[in-house]
Order: sequence, then C-alpha cells, then structure tokens
Amino acid sequence: MARNVSTQRKLLTTVVAWTIAILIFFPILWTFLTSFKTEAQAIASPPVFLFFDWTTENYFEVQSRSDYFKHFMNSVVVSFGSTLLGLVIAIPSAWAMAFAPTKRTKDVLMWMLSTKMMPPVGVLVPMYLIFRNTGLLDTRTGLVIVLTLINLPIIIWMLYTYFKEIPGEILEAARMDGASLAKEIVYVLTPMAIPGIASTLLLNIILAWNEAFWTLNLSAAKAAPLTAFIASYSSPEGLFYAKLSAASTMAIAPILILGWFSQKQLVRGLTFGAVK
Amino acid sequence: MATLHTRSAARLMIAPSVLLLLAWMIVPLALTIYFSLLRYNLLMPGMEEFAGLTNYTYFLTDPAFFQAIFNTLAIVIGVLFITVVGGIALALLLDQQMFGQGIVRILVIAPFLIMPTVAALVWKNMFMNPVNGLFAWLAKLVGLQPFDFLANAPLFSIILIVAWQWLPFATLILLTALQSLDEEQKEAAQMDGAGAWSRFVYLVLPHLSRAITVVILIQTIFLLSVFAEILVTTNGGPGTQSTNLTFLVYAQALLQFDVGGASAGGIIAVILANIVAFFLMRMIGKTLEA
Repeated sequence: MARNVSTQRKLLTTVVAWTIAILIFFPILWTFLTSFKTEAQAIASPPVFLFFDWTTENYFEVQSRSDYFKHFMNSVVVSFGSTLLGLVIAIPSAWAMAFAPTKRTKDVLMWMLSTKMMPPVGVLVPMYLIFRNTGLLDTRTGLVIVLTLINLPIIIWMLYTYFKEIPGEILEAARMDGASLAKEIVYVLTPMAIPGIASTLLLNIILAWNEAFWTLNLSAAKAAPLTAFIASYSSPEGLFYAKLSAASTMAIAPILILGWFSQKQLVRGLTFGAVK
Repeated sequence: MATLHTRSAARLMIAPSVLLLLAWMIVPLALTIYFSLLRYNLLMPGMEEFAGLTNYTYFLTDPAFFQAIFNTLAIVIGVLFITVVGGIALALLLDQQMFGQGIVRILVIAPFLIMPTVAALVWKNMFMNPVNGLFAWLAKLVGLQPFDFLANAPLFSIILIVAWQWLPFATLILLTALQSLDEEQKEAAQMDGAGAWSRFVYLVLPHLSRAITVVILIQTIFLLSVFAEILVTTNGGPGTQSTNLTFLVYAQALLQFDVGGASAGGIIAVILANIVAFFLMRMIGKTLEA
C-alpha cells in the first residue's frame, strides 16, 4: 500500500504544497494579523507583517461602537435554532425513509433535492412581503424559519445516508425481543445514529452561520446576524481596516474551528452523500 | 418486513417534512407568479391592477436584463473553470506524500468556511483597493500602475473572489474521490509502462468523473445565485457591469419597490435555473448511473 517515494521528491512536494496552501490561506492570515494593528499600521506601505505593536484595542472598539456581541448572539440563535428545528423535523422522516422504504422513497428524496434548485430570488418578493405583513421581518424567529426550510433537504439527505448504514437486522432483533417503536428509537437507533446526527448538526450550523442571501434581505439592525453586520462595513468611514479585520476575525473564527473538526463530514454532507 | 403498522407510522413521520417543503415550494412561488402579472409598486399602495405580461416585456427588453444574464453565466462558467481545473491540480498535489499533510489540508479548506460578506470585504479592501490594497503595493513594487480591480474589471474581480471561496470545496471533494482510487491499479499501470500523463488521462480522470460531475452540479446551484459578494463589493456596478440576475431582481424589489417587475424577474430566474438544472441532471444522470 504505502509507496516509497524518495525523500527528495517528498521534500519538493512539501515545499510546493505548503507554498500554495499558504497563498490560499493568506487572506485569512492577513485579516487575522491586521486585526491586531493600529489603523495607521494597517495601511502602512510597505505593509508590516509581524513586527508591529500588537494591540487588542480594535476588538474592544468594535464591541463598544456597534454592539458586536448582539449580532454574534443573533448568529448563534439563528444557526443553532434553525439546525435544531430542522433536525427535529428531519430525523423522523429520514428514519422512516431509511428503514421503511417504499417504491416512492427515491422519488421523494430526489424531489426534496430539487427544491434546492429553486433560486432564492424567485421567491424573494413574496417572502419579503409575507414577513413584512406578519411582523417577522428583522426578527430571529423569521430567520430561523427561513433557514430551517432552505436547509431541510440537506439535513434529510445527510441523515438518510447515515441511517442507511445502520444494519436493519439490529432493529429487527430488537423488535423480536418485543421492543416497541418508541423503545426501538430511543435505545437502539439513537445511540447508533448519534455520530451521523452530530455530523449533520455541525455541517448545518456552518451553512446557516454563513448563509448570506436571506439574512441580508430579511434582517436589519435588530436581528442582523454577523453576515449582515459585516456587510455594514461595505461603506467605510475613515480608517477602518483594522476594525474590519477584528470584526471579521471574530465572525469567522468559531466556524473555522468547527469546520476543521468536521472536514470529512463536509464532503459527504455537501454532496448529498454522493461522494464519501 | 415492514408491517402495516410501521408503514403508516412511517408515512406519519415523513409527512411534516414533505408538507413543509411542499408549502415552501408552492406558496411563495405561486405568489411570485401572481405578483408578476400585476402593476404593483410598494410606493403606490392601493394602486395594484392587473397588467398581463407587461412586467415580462418590460423586464425582457431592459438592456440591463441581457447584461445580467451574461454576467450570471460568466460568473458560473468562470468560477467553474477555475475551481474544477484548479481543484484537480490541487487534489493531485495533496494526494502526494509530504510533510505536514494535515495542516496543508486545513489551510486549503479554510476559505470555504468564511462567510461571503467577510470574504468579499477582505478582498475588496485589503487586496484590491487601488490605494491601500496589497495588490497595489505589489504593483508599485515591480514598477506598475496600481490597478483598480473593482472599478475597471468588476466582473473579473467578483469571479476571482467567488472562485477563492469555492476552490476548497472542489479540491476537498476531488481529493476524497482520488483517495478511493485503488493504489494497486496505479501501480499496475505504472508497471505496464504508462507514463504520468496517460495514467492521469486513462485512469485518474475517469475515476474522478463522478466527483467532477457532483462538483459542477452543486456549485452551479449556488453560483447562479451569487449575491452577497456583489452587494458588498460593487453593488452591481459600475452601471450594471457586475449585476447578475439575482442582484437585478433584488434591486428591482428592495431598492425600487417594484414588486411586479421584480416578480417577473424572479420567475425568469426560476426558468433559467430549471433550464440549467435540466441539462445538468441529464449530464449527471449519465455519469451517476455508470
């Protein structure tokens, strides 16, 4: 299995790969570094890389000027809320489709996938008006509802592919031993399904955290999650690179860490189980 | 195996998801179609009247519409090209033995996890800005005039930003597929005297075809609806040079309050997405069944 390549070649690959990886990562690294500079250092020419007076002032500034924490909490509530609500709706459906499939199960799954093909802008106008007329505009509840709906197909598909891998015989054995449906779910299925559910949860929090069509269009000052909050930096006032960087770093750090932990699940979830 | 009891239970369990998604599919879409036939502006409440296909003729004869269609397709094709070709190259590279492979992977994946508004603003200000951006500094370093990316090549700049976000996605999926390639097959081909290039063309590429198809399908769905990156960088401009269909409808609805016109645009976007999806599904149906 393990091919032996010459150390020389391995070294060369290492150098090339690291160079490219650092180039790709550079914008994020640069944002991180800039967030610790003063505004003057942030636009210094030639740019300063590491040797500047590190300061955490920007972070406090962002918080005191624009109530960063409120938007952070909006993001947390909206992404966790929509994911949990989605899981509650999707788990029974995925369970049923995985363990009691009918002739139409495949079609139902394909149809669910096809709802993701609808461009959001096709329903922007009515959604905006419905939200306006029901008072859901610029509320966390409204965002939770929309994000639950747009991510529901992905949640169902992911859970379905995980549940499919649980051997059905085990469930039958439990049934033979007289376990009721409820017991079957609580004591047999749940423990085996937890890794799959956890991966689904992670991926969907990432997707919901970064969703930037509905959050931008359906929220304003009050319920704006970080995506919309950061967008307010698009019209700059004076020197703002360091503050933009600080706000950005705080907005992306939690999800970057979550994402790195769930690399493998990322592939599976995003391809609806087509690539594992 | 499935008893009558479990079967009706199963139906009950699927029902909420199906009903919710059905409502989500039908209610707003029906409303969009209805609005698209009205003369309806939020600034003139109570003046709604039936307008037939006026909104459609208005939208379809608007020069901005053709620009938007062109831009939409340019973004999809441009980003797909960069990410698929770059993704294959990167996946091949990352599949080699090296020191610190795990860290390299983590660094490469990172841009995909960045929210679109952050990615776009960081590129716009800290890299592409003609005065304070890093690109301007690099240009001056080699004696060139700094280039104002977002003013002079807005569409290209947006493609670049979006491609940066999606390259990790393509790489990750292609790498996963590549790692499932049988090592012995590669060795056998090598022993039979196949060079690196023919091994790539006859062995690796066919093996990747399924993954490539999946990458194209999923990215197309998202790329047809690029929005945040345009909103925070160019706002669709200068003029309509970087306005795609999604942005055009947004501007019509939420900036000009023209509900009727925006709805017509939305329906056109849905039709366009369906045409693309139709061809994609056919293409993908062939590879996925193989």
